[in-house]
Amino acid sequence: MTEVPQYKKKDFISDQEVRWCPGCGDYAILSSVQMAMTKLGKKKEDIVFVSGIGCSSRFPYYMDTFGMHTIHGRAPAIASGLKIHNPNLSVWVITGDGDGLSIGGNHLIHALRRNVDLNIILFNNEIYGLTKGQYSPTSQVGLVTKSTPYGSLDRPFMPLSLALGSGATFIARTIDTDPKHMSDVFLAAAAHKGVSFVEVLQNCVIFNDAVHDKQTNKATRDDTTVRLENGKPMIFGKEKNKGLRLNGFTPEVVTIGENGVEEKDLIIHNETDYNISSMLTRLGGGDLPVALGVLRNVSELSYEVQIETQNQAVTEKKGPGSMLKLLNSGETWEVK
Amino acid sequence: MKELESVVIRFSGDSGDGMQLTGTQFSNTSALMGNDISTFPDFPAEIRAPQGTIAGVSGFQVNIGATHINTPGDEPDVLVAMNPAALKANLAALSKNGTIIANVDAFNELNLKKAGYAANPIGTPELDGHNVIKAHITEQTLKALENSPLDNKEKGRCKNFYALGMTYFMFSRDLEPTIKWINEKFGKKPEVAQANITTLKAGWNYAETIEATVSTYSVAPAKIAPGKYRQINGNISTAWGFLQAAESAGLKLFLGSYPITPATDILHELSKFKNFGVKTFQAEDEIAGICSSIGAAFGGALAITTTSGPGLALKGEAIGLAMMYEVPLVIVDVQRGGPSTGLPTKTEQSDLLQALYGRNGECPIIVVAASRPNDCFHMAYEASRLALEHMTPVLLLTDGYIANGAEPWKIPDVAKEYGKIKTHLVDGKKPLEEPYLAYKRDEGLVRPWAVPGMPGYEHRIGGLEKAQNTGNVSYDPKNHEEMIHIREDKVAKVAENIPLQTLEGDDKGDLLVVSWGGTYGATHMAVNKAREQGKKVSLMHLRYLNPMPRNVPEILGNFKRILVPELNLGQLKSVLNARFQCNAVGYNKVQGLPFKISELVEVINRTLEV
Repeated sequence: MTEVPQYKKKDFISDQEVRWCPGCGDYAILSSVQMAMTKLGKKKEDIVFVSGIGCSSRFPYYMDTFGMHTIHGRAPAIASGLKIHNPNLSVWVITGDGDGLSIGGNHLIHALRRNVDLNIILFNNEIYGLTKGQYSPTSQVGLVTKSTPYGSLDRPFMPLSLALGSGATFIARTIDTDPKHMSDVFLAAAAHKGVSFVEVLQNCVIFNDAVHDKQTNKATRDDTTVRLENGKPMIFGKEKNKGLRLNGFTPEVVTIGENGVEEKDLIIHNETDYNISSMLTRLGGGDLPVALGVLRNVSELSYEVQIETQNQAVTEKKGPGSMLKLLNSGETWEVK
Repeated sequence: MKELESVVIRFSGDSGDGMQLTGTQFSNTSALMGNDISTFPDFPAEIRAPQGTIAGVSGFQVNIGATHINTPGDEPDVLVAMNPAALKANLAALSKNGTIIANVDAFNELNLKKAGYAANPIGTPELDGHNVIKAHITEQTLKALENSPLDNKEKGRCKNFYALGMTYFMFSRDLEPTIKWINEKFGKKPEVAQANITTLKAGWNYAETIEATVSTYSVAPAKIAPGKYRQINGNISTAWGFLQAAESAGLKLFLGSYPITPATDILHELSKFKNFGVKTFQAEDEIAGICSSIGAAFGGALAITTTSGPGLALKGEAIGLAMMYEVPLVIVDVQRGGPSTGLPTKTEQSDLLQALYGRNGECPIIVVAASRPNDCFHMAYEASRLALEHMTPVLLLTDGYIANGAEPWKIPDVAKEYGKIKTHLVDGKKPLEEPYLAYKRDEGLVRPWAVPGMPGYEHRIGGLEKAQNTGNVSYDPKNHEEMIHIREDKVAKVAENIPLQTLEGDDKGDLLVVSWGGTYGATHMAVNKAREQGKKVSLMHLRYLNPMPRNVPEILGNFKRILVPELNLGQLKSVLNARFQCNAVGYNKVQGLPFKISELVEVINRTLEV
């Protein structure tokens, strides 16, 4: 094994002109992914980006790695085949709320269920961009778009709840205005053995501008998001004095120092506790903050590793396959 | 004792009666005894269709011969009818003077009613001309097993072996292979094994006892080419062909598939070969089946996907992607009766146009078709070879008839007949002197194959139109047109890499019969019969459908008339007429059933008279 070279960000920038709209959140995500690649510990030739169709799915063209721009919704299936065939690769799936949750919903949940060691990044801007502004499966009820002039009637998915329900072993959320946070989350996803699912709150400046404004605006963001750290209490707010406490099974926002609330009363984040992860995926309504960071991270054997193990076990038991033996196996007869 | 050239036997009963097993045992034993055989299982789409009804009838037909056998036979000479529904469903097909072995115990009021008989047909003029053997199969089975520890229900299940025993006596079959098989199959349940063997022998003894009233048939071993033989059905033959291709190409085999009748057995079969390094992936749907294979193909596997008609429809977009990527991929379509869900367990040839044209845009791919069960091995190898040598998807058509049908197969000398396949994989270890051009083509218009893991070869591929050489996205109008032509020409050039078309019969004549796919057995036999009658008829059976062999137009021009029998409404006929303006006429049947030799002989004669 040769050593992994020391990469710089520019080593991951392809010669293709980036063609997203000026101001699109995708630029920041691309830059953070390219940064993360320098610290991945993987050789460039062992990295593959696979995308479906949509604005986000142009991504592989801009990465100087191996890449596949595929068809609408199918990236998780294509990436699964690639990873199963060659488990040594670091395989990244780039998708959006339409590509991953609508046309490709079936492939997404099954890739998560099987625990194929893919890193799936879903850009969630709650709108269809490439087809020029129709509501998506994550759009809020009532959203007025070109296909819903009187407001959308569809109830939205919560991507991380869906991922958790599908059996994902790693789920995280990050936001396109925080490059450092994005990079850290992507690296954590890569370090996780098994499937990783990362939702990036991403802004579409043209068709759904400021959709995540509450979580990105300097004035409000500290009070509307909670940054998770494993083993640490869930504290947030401008003054770092707000926290999440359980009232029965229901989380509530409390202020440290008020009504006798102390730090020890707050929920301690535990990435392996299903109930905590599940509660965190649904945060965000009312005064509850949106959870950012790693919501769940548990260790389960990866699918492609199990396939290798099974193949090896059968080979040890039966010996390596031989066509000659196979063709002559079972009942045969001589014609003279 | 009657000496026969060939005889057709049909075992027929409820789908739970074990008729497929009985038929398979009879076929295997006959093959071992040196007969040529051809089989045709015919079962309902429902796993447990209502008992005793026509819908629930499951049949297995086998043709055994002292001469070459190419089809499971037109009309059964012997029908084993385990209940009234089996008799009703098969009586019309039975040959004149054919023998019926009826399990009279099952001809009770309830079963007769379920089969739609107002009265018991046995002993009535309806069966006149047939030799009816009234056997108390159920009752005799129970009696034979009086001392068995099994309960009555379990004992009843042995009755198919009684029927089998009777046919073994009638055709002088050796009991030993089946006894051996029973002992292996039921090794863990010795009491079941013993009961089945006892019943088998009881059936034999009964038939021997009543010999006075039955002419015993004997079919001598067939005169076939010397060598070592085994029996094989089309689906297993297909699976093994891919194993061989992977070995010949030095690649790992990857199968992404979703279960669908009648293709699923290929997935079952390949999932056994983990010690060959095969990876099988049962995907969440048809689309994921082919998509996972496309991913594996990008990664450097011999990647395949298997399906049947409705699944092929779902895979269309992804086939377009693979064509656009120019990665090697084999898609197997085991055709069944369509459209929509159609007739899942029945055979048809109606996916040809879908295979050739069923995608958006100008999307040429290679299409080949296997002609008989043991040809599936060869054509699976060929499909893989062409995919790898031309960096393109290849569609292999088989059908339910040859997929489930079995015949003897002379075991090939694989080292000689199935040599190395040269792929377009680049030498990934050599450092590149200039940037890698993923779409730089050779004289065959074929691009190189660099896969992840090769340093310096990082590149991106996509479904968007691409520029020559670099593969970068291009919206240039002229470039698009150029690329469309390049992809078309690339597939057309495959004609230089396939064998020339051969003919059965003379090079010139009054009539050329053109067939493709699983109808070969019937067209071959029918043309032979017509030639024996002095007719100037030849057969051109196509296995390469796109592109076709280069000499096809010349052959077409040498005959006064062209007849294309197909199990569809004339799909190949339309293609031939459109491409070669050859005024071909069709003979078409869409009943979910294969052609009979006799009907084709009749059509040939009729066409010659026009």
